[in-house]
Amino acid sequence: MAKKSPELEEYKYGFRDEHESIFKTGKGLTPEIVREISRIKDEPEWMLEFRLKALEQFEKMPMPNFGGNMDDLDFNEIQYFVRASDKQGKTWEEVPSEIKETFDKLGIPEAEQKFLAGVSAQYESEVVYHSMQKDLEDQGVIFMDMDTALREHPEIVKEYISTVIPTTDNKFSALNSAVWSGGSFIYVPKGVKCELPLQAYFRINSENMGQFERTLIIADEDSHVHYVEGCTAPVYSTNSLHSAVVEIICKKNARVRYTTIQNWAPNIYNLVTKRAVAEENATMEWVDGNIGSKLTMKYPSVVLKGRGAKGMVLSIAIAGKGQHQDAGAKMIHLAPDTTSTIVSKSISKHGGKVTYRGLASFGRQAEGAKSNIKCDTLILDNESTSDTIPYNEIMNDNITLEHEATVSKVSEDQLFYLMSRGLTDAEATQMIVMGFIEPFTKELPMEYAVEMNRLIKFEMEGSIG
Amino acid sequence: MTTNFVIEGLKASIEGKEILKGINLKMKGGEIHAIMGPNGTGKSTLASALMGHPKYEVTAGSVLLNDEEVLEMAVDERARSGLFLGMQYPSEISGVTNSDFLRSAINARREEGSEISLIRFIRQMEAKMKELDMNPEFLHRYLNEGFSGGEKKRNEILQMMMLDPKIVILDEIDSGLDIDALKIVANGVNAMRSEDRGFLIITHYQRLLDYVKPDFVHVMMQGRIVKSGGPELAQRLEAEGYDWVKEELGIEDETVGQA
Repeated sequence: MAKKSPELEEYKYGFRDEHESIFKTGKGLTPEIVREISRIKDEPEWMLEFRLKALEQFEKMPMPNFGGNMDDLDFNEIQYFVRASDKQGKTWEEVPSEIKETFDKLGIPEAEQKFLAGVSAQYESEVVYHSMQKDLEDQGVIFMDMDTALREHPEIVKEYISTVIPTTDNKFSALNSAVWSGGSFIYVPKGVKCELPLQAYFRINSENMGQFERTLIIADEDSHVHYVEGCTAPVYSTNSLHSAVVEIICKKNARVRYTTIQNWAPNIYNLVTKRAVAEENATMEWVDGNIGSKLTMKYPSVVLKGRGAKGMVLSIAIAGKGQHQDAGAKMIHLAPDTTSTIVSKSISKHGGKVTYRGLASFGRQAEGAKSNIKCDTLILDNESTSDTIPYNEIMNDNITLEHEATVSKVSEDQLFYLMSRGLTDAEATQMIVMGFIEPFTKELPMEYAVEMNRLIKFEMEGSIG
Repeated sequence: MTTNFVIEGLKASIEGKEILKGINLKMKGGEIHAIMGPNGTGKSTLASALMGHPKYEVTAGSVLLNDEEVLEMAVDERARSGLFLGMQYPSEISGVTNSDFLRSAINARREEGSEISLIRFIRQMEAKMKELDMNPEFLHRYLNEGFSGGEKKRNEILQMMMLDPKIVILDEIDSGLDIDALKIVANGVNAMRSEDRGFLIITHYQRLLDYVKPDFVHVMMQGRIVKSGGPELAQRLEAEGYDWVKEELGIEDETVGQA
C-alpha cells in the first residue's frame, strides 16, 4: 500500500543569480596565479612568501591514502580566485541588490540581523557584507573577514596562522595556505564573554570555483565565544572544490563553540581541515552538520594540551544518492585530566555511504584522561551503507575510553505506530529521522534549528519508495 | 450520522499461515464490544489487521467504516478516517517529544492552513493529562521512551482522547496495569463514550469490564468469533473460565497454532 514518491534528488538551492564578478583568475594553479591573488589583495610580503611556499609543498605532497574517491578531482579545472565586488558593503544599503536577492532566496530575513551579534556573509570568496554591533566592538572583540584582518591586524594573524594546522598537515591544508581567500577572523580578549553567537553565512556561486576560506579564532583567557556558520551552494555540472582551514586557539579557561551546517550541492568535494588547541581548563566544542556534497572528508579535532581541557564533537552526516560522507573527529589528549566526548550521528539513503572515521589519542602525560565516543547510524534503505573506523592510540595506562556504536534501520513497527495516528509514510519517516538527530539539532541556535528542520524535510522527501 | 463499523468474513495470515479464519462483527456508535479469549486465538492479530499492520496479509473479507472500505486504505488513511488502535506494545521513538508527535497527528487530520494553535493544543493536552493523572513532564518526554508499561498504556489513552476517533480498538490495554492505573484508564474510556463512537476492547481478563461496561461480549477461538452474548457472558467466563465454551462447541485446542 506504499505510495510511490518521485525521486527528488535535485538540489533546492540550485539557483544562480546573474551577479557579475569584478575579477576572476583563470583555471588552474601556478605561482603566477598565487602572486596575482596576493597582489590584488595588496598583501604584505610575508604572506606572499607563505603562499608560495605552501604551493611548493602542495605540489610535492601526495593525495590522502584514505577516505573517499577523488579520481574526478582535477586541480587544473578549478578556478582559484573570484572577487565578487570591488569593495565591501559597510551597510545593508550598500550591498549589491543581486546579492541581496540571493540572500532572500536562501531565506535569511533582514530583520534577523538585529538579533545577530555580527553578520559577515561570504560571497564568491570575499566578504561583501559585514556588520558588527557596537557593544562587541566596545568590548574589544575583533570579528571580520580574514582579508581585512590581514590588513588591519597583521601582527595577530602572523602570530597565529598555521600554528594549529601546519601548512604541511595534508595536501589540502597546503592548497588552502597557497590560495586562501576570505573566512572569518575572531579575537576575543581576556575575560570577555560574547553572549550572542557570531554568525557568517556564505555560499559558492561561480562555476568551477574553489572556495578556500581560512578561519582563525583566538579566544584569550577566560573568554567565551560561539561562532556559527551555515553554507548552501548552487548546483553546477562540473566538480567544485571547497577546501577550508579552520584554526582555533582556546587559551586557559576559555570556551569556544563552533557550529557549522554545510549543505553542499551534490557535485562538490568538501575537504576541510578543522582543528583547535585547548589549553588548561579550556573547553572547545565543534557542532558540525554535513549534508550534501559529492565527497566530504572532515574530522574536526581538538588538541587537549592543558590540564583539565575539554573537547567535544557533536556531528551529523547525511549521505544520499552518489554521496559519500567520510566524517568523524579526532581527540588528542596530551595533558592530565583532559576529557573528550564525540557524538556522531549518520544517515545514509538512496545508496549513499557514510563513514565514521575517528581518532582517540592519549599521550604519555594524559594521566586520568577520559574519552567517550558514541556513533549511531540510521540506514534508510537496502542500497545504502555505513562504516565505522575508530583508531585508538594509548600511551598511558590510566585513561578511560568508552566507545559505543549502533547501526539501525527505521523499523516497520515504528512506522506503523506513527502512521496509525494519521501521519503519512513520509511524515513518519521524517519524524523518526528528526528524532534520531535531535541530540544535534537541540544544540543549534533557534534559527539554525529551523533551517535544519527544513533541510532535513527536503532531504527526506522522496526517500520512501 | 451514527458510526457503522462492519467486519465481514475477514481472513488474514502471517508468513503464509492463516490466523484469522473469517471474522464477522457489526458495531454501531455508542456501543462497547469486548473480545475475550485465551492466548493465541487471534485477538491481537485482529486488532493489527484492522489497522493495517504490514506484517499481516489480509486474504479475504471486507471492513466497512461508514460504508467505506477500510482494507483498501493505507494505515494513515485508516487513522484519518476515524480508526484508532491503542496498542499492546507501543513503539518508542527517540528524540520526538510526546507533544510534537501528538500535535503532528492532530494536524494530519486538518487542512493545511487550519492547524491547531500551539496554545490551544497545549491547553487541551494538559487537561487530558490531568484526567489521566499523568505528570505534565510527559508533554516533553520522548515518545514512550523509558515509559513504564502503565505509562505507555496511559499515553495510548491520551492519544485516543486527543485524536477523537470514531472507532477505538484497544488491544489488551489492561495488561500490566495495577488496579489504580486500570481505574484511570477505564475512566478515560468512559469519558470518551458517546453516541457516535464505538469501542472494540480486546482483553483476556474480566477485570477491565468491571469498570467499562460492555454492551456485547464475543469469545474468540481458533481465529473465529465462536460465541457472543451480553455482559453476563464476561462474568461467566471470569467465574468458570473457558473450558465450558470449548466443551459446548466441541473444541479441543482453542489456539490457531495447528492449522
